[in-house]
Amino acid sequence: MASTVTKTETLFGKRMKRKEDPRLITGTATYVDDIQMPGMHHAVILRSPYAAARIRSIDTKRALELPGVAAVFTGADVKDVGPVPCGASLPGLRVPHHHVLAQDRTYFVGHPVAVVVAADRYIARDAVDRIEVDWEPLDAVADPEKALEAGAPAVHPQWPDNKAFDYHQEHGEVDKVFAEADVVVKQRITSQRLIPCAMETRGVVAEWRSGEKALTIYTSTQIPHLMRSLVAGMLGIPENKLRAVAPEVGGGFGSKLNVYAEEALMGFVAMKIGKPVKWIESRRENMLATTHGRGHVDYYEIAAKKDGTIVGIKLKLIQDVGSYHQLLTPAIPTLSVLMMPGVYRCQNIRADIVGVFTNCVPTDAYRGAGRPEAMHGIERMVDILAAEMKMDPAELRLKNFIQPEEFPYATATGLTYDSGDYDKPLKKALEIAGYAKLREEQRAARSAGRLMGIGLSTYGEICAIGPSPATPAGGWESATVRIEPSGKVTVHTGCSPHGQGEETTFAQIAADELGVDIEDVIVLHGDTAIVQYGIGTFGSRGTAIGGTAMYFAIQELKAKIKRFGAMMLGCDEVRFEDGRCVCGKTGKSVTIQEIAAASYRAMKLPPNTEPGMVATYFWEPPNFTFPFGAHIVVTEVDKETGDIAVKRYVAVDDCGKIINPLIVAGQIHGGVAQGLGQALYEEAVYDDSGQLMTGEFMDYCVPKSTMVPWIEDSNTETPTPVNPLGIKGVGEAGTIGCSPAVVNSVVDALSPLGVRHIDMPMTPEKIWKLVRGGAA
Amino acid sequence: MIAQNFEYETPATLDEALDLMEGGAKALAGGMSLIPLMKLRLAAPEKVVDLRRVPGLNSIRTADGRLHIGAMVTHYELESTPLVRTGCPLLAMAAATIGDVQVRNLGTIGGSIAHADPAADYPAALQALEAVIRIAGKGGERRMSAAEFFVDTFTTALEPGELVVETSVPLEAAGTGVSYQKCTQPASGFALVGVAARVIKEGGRVSLARVGVTGLAGSSYRAGNVETLLVGTAGGEEDVKKAAAVVAEGKEANSDIHASADYRAHLARVYTARALRAALGMAG
Ligand SMILES: Cc1cc2nc3c(=O)[nH]c(=O)nc-3n(C[C@H](O)[C@H](O)[C@H](O)COP(=O)(O)OP(=O)(O)OC[C@H]3O[C@@H](n4cnc5c(N)ncnc54)[C@H](O)[C@@H]3O)c2cc1C
Repeated sequence: MASTVTKTETLFGKRMKRKEDPRLITGTATYVDDIQMPGMHHAVILRSPYAAARIRSIDTKRALELPGVAAVFTGADVKDVGPVPCGASLPGLRVPHHHVLAQDRTYFVGHPVAVVVAADRYIARDAVDRIEVDWEPLDAVADPEKALEAGAPAVHPQWPDNKAFDYHQEHGEVDKVFAEADVVVKQRITSQRLIPCAMETRGVVAEWRSGEKALTIYTSTQIPHLMRSLVAGMLGIPENKLRAVAPEVGGGFGSKLNVYAEEALMGFVAMKIGKPVKWIESRRENMLATTHGRGHVDYYEIAAKKDGTIVGIKLKLIQDVGSYHQLLTPAIPTLSVLMMPGVYRCQNIRADIVGVFTNCVPTDAYRGAGRPEAMHGIERMVDILAAEMKMDPAELRLKNFIQPEEFPYATATGLTYDSGDYDKPLKKALEIAGYAKLREEQRAARSAGRLMGIGLSTYGEICAIGPSPATPAGGWESATVRIEPSGKVTVHTGCSPHGQGEETTFAQIAADELGVDIEDVIVLHGDTAIVQYGIGTFGSRGTAIGGTAMYFAIQELKAKIKRFGAMMLGCDEVRFEDGRCVCGKTGKSVTIQEIAAASYRAMKLPPNTEPGMVATYFWEPPNFTFPFGAHIVVTEVDKETGDIAVKRYVAVDDCGKIINPLIVAGQIHGGVAQGLGQALYEEAVYDDSGQLMTGEFMDYCVPKSTMVPWIEDSNTETPTPVNPLGIKGVGEAGTIGCSPAVVNSVVDALSPLGVRHIDMPMTPEKIWKLVRGGAA
Repeated sequence: MIAQNFEYETPATLDEALDLMEGGAKALAGGMSLIPLMKLRLAAPEKVVDLRRVPGLNSIRTADGRLHIGAMVTHYELESTPLVRTGCPLLAMAAATIGDVQVRNLGTIGGSIAHADPAADYPAALQALEAVIRIAGKGGERRMSAAEFFVDTFTTALEPGELVVETSVPLEAAGTGVSYQKCTQPASGFALVGVAARVIKEGGRVSLARVGVTGLAGSSYRAGNVETLLVGTAGGEEDVKKAAAVVAEGKEANSDIHASADYRAHLARVYTARALRAALGMAG
């Protein structure tokens, strides 16, 4: 039979440009703000100018008088809308009722108070200024440690101690090993509050079809399916009457792994006014009212033997919760505890978390979500220990690594590390960096009076989040693979990529498995009306779980293809290769395209086989995956000004098998840029009254491309046994590996002055003060 | 930009522009400072007068031994025009450090100086260059020195309704050494501190020194005390250090989340020394 198939090249492992990029970089993609509908109205939200205030009264009359204003809603109108959900649960968790609009009190600057709906956005914005609120400003507290002090203003009056939760985890004989240890080092380490700053701010379009009693919500989210389930509940409409669409999403970094007041609020508004409504978040609103990340104050102690063996780790973790729990707020620091031993063989750990309410926007997931904080802590502590013991930090790490033959390795925190070979990336990084030579250069620099530093981090992290028992809403992922009658392949993935390149990596896998051209594969996602239920994209899970679900769906199709092939070839011994079924006896073959056509035409069907060529698979992963790597950073500090120059950045990351090296490098580069942002530049600064001082890009410094050094990136590949593709995940690794390596490098540079720790961001002024004043 | 409603005018002559400016209108040049303010509704002008079509405002020409720069000349043009790079390299150097490429493509020198941001770059250079600013108003034209023009934070000697038309700077004599040294606030790109230096040496001695400073205090200024200490010396390392040490004296240094007053004053001393060293090196 004739063939139209030419594919023989394996695409798994091939460096390929991303299929999604042309539309993204030519401005032809459709984001929420690109959606236009007849009769569409525009919403603008009045937000609290105070971190804490009582609302004595609200007068909307002057706003309603403005021509073009259709409606104004305040807290009283929405008091029956369900609360903004918190999906995480911990014993004793205090969950304040989180209305979609403030009722009689506001809890942070940016807290939504009222919404104006008008014919255009300009009128709506003007009308917001005409709403008169009688405010009674109250005392606020923005710093989590101050919030814990006796007499601090109570964020929620019903809980005067400002505690949101306590959490304790312990394993082994902590007191004993600390008592018997030869060395104990202690340090307070902060991971400051950060603003995620996705390039696209949030935005929602809601459309109510009164005849069908059906609501559609277009929203810039990482989790359209979960958003739909939860917002349907908030609005009291049947889940199957709500369609959620995540169109093109311009970055999330965890800040869109959430269900926000505005999503339900726009649904409410659309249903009330009977017209489509659009709300687009301004950049200032994004900085004020979209979740922040990190916000840790950590008190670490680690105990070691004379030879450098780490025997115990203690952590007191103060988590700045902010004013409310968003979807996963309380769960994030528990991830830090899970990862607290890092890549080291230490079975004695004790962790105590106290979650603290502050009059700030809630914290929640941000690239790495709990793991960067944990790695920053342990990797700083290992360096502090090395300095204390006068050991080389690389040597101390090599000494404490879990060894390859110990996997699967049960950690003290209850995880089972899947696979690992931690020496490999470290040794490779040391070699690329020329570590021994760098140390010589450093000695020469020091004797010339220059401050040169070499810092490293060897991180481990949790990807492919995660098995359902370990996640609040199910940790599986789904895929439907449909071979169309023409042989073209349509993949529906339940995860919702937004910049990770899965339209390409999934197509690479599908093209390999089915033997079709990659151009014949499309990957659809993000619309609950066309895609089966799914979980979403976060926690470096998209490809490792969603890609695996697709892989299994394809295996089912391949079995069916073979049944058709056998029937069509009249052969009971067929194999499927390079897009065709080949008869083992005659060598005759039929192509996948011919088989697809025959399966829909259905003139004849193989025994016990349905027509068509579609398979859906929901894959439950048996475990997380645990990537790792080593980053080495060389810095030089300008003694006069405190400026830090990053001279070299070496990153060796092991994310399991690599599907597309270009995408892996891109994820690492972006991740490192965000890690550098935290290490050197970024901090959400609130003043004592709870005003955000860094509410614009003029004051909040996200590193620009010219501020990011050349990254010498490479990989090692240690496959995971958790999924058949051997892939682990790479979305957050760059960020996780970066910040400790940078801080370790600068501390190393300043160590001749007696400096042993520096908190982030390491601004030039901070460094200058250390250079002038010596030890920190 | 979701600004308040405003009228938008595009006058075709300077006279028309001045007529339209009456009664509290705002001039619009590159919009790189005005539009962010309007976006945040910190500025809400009822009328905006776009100067883009006014003829003559974007010329760069020489006359009377000076370089005359129209108010609408962009930062990029100043950075890249050969006449500026050779005739007044200090100004090209300052222009090249402003913000980012997009800002430099749109922002103008007239807009920058009229705005008088205490962290803007041109003012330091214009102080050191003893620039003359030509201003037009309904009642006619006037000229004043940079030292007179920059009054305080976001405050100039412009009267309501007046427009900056041109800035003139000397064409540098051969042998003049110049340098602009800037410590950048990484978020905005503005100067935490910026120092412009011009020096001439004759017979192995510094015969002229001009130092302009931005970012440190409420307004840019000429550091006469530094100049006095340097003139007459051989311009050696010790001379530079001694002169630079006094740059912040008598000034109340700004303090904000990006730098404390102490650190800014320290940076002013460091960057003054750097600018002087580089300028002296160039002067040979
Ligand atoms: C991201 C960013 C980074 C920046 N970084 C820097 C930096 O590093 N260094 C720096 O110096 N600047 C910086 N700027 C400011 C930039 O240089 C602006 O271009 C400049 O301050 C204003 O010039 P403009 O032409 O854009 O003026 P506009 O914004 O149009 O106007 C500014 C003000 O001047 C008035 N005005 C304009 N023209 C005239 C005139 N001819 N006569 C009278 N009044 C007039 C306007 O009414 C307005 O009040 C930055 C700006 C941005 C947005």
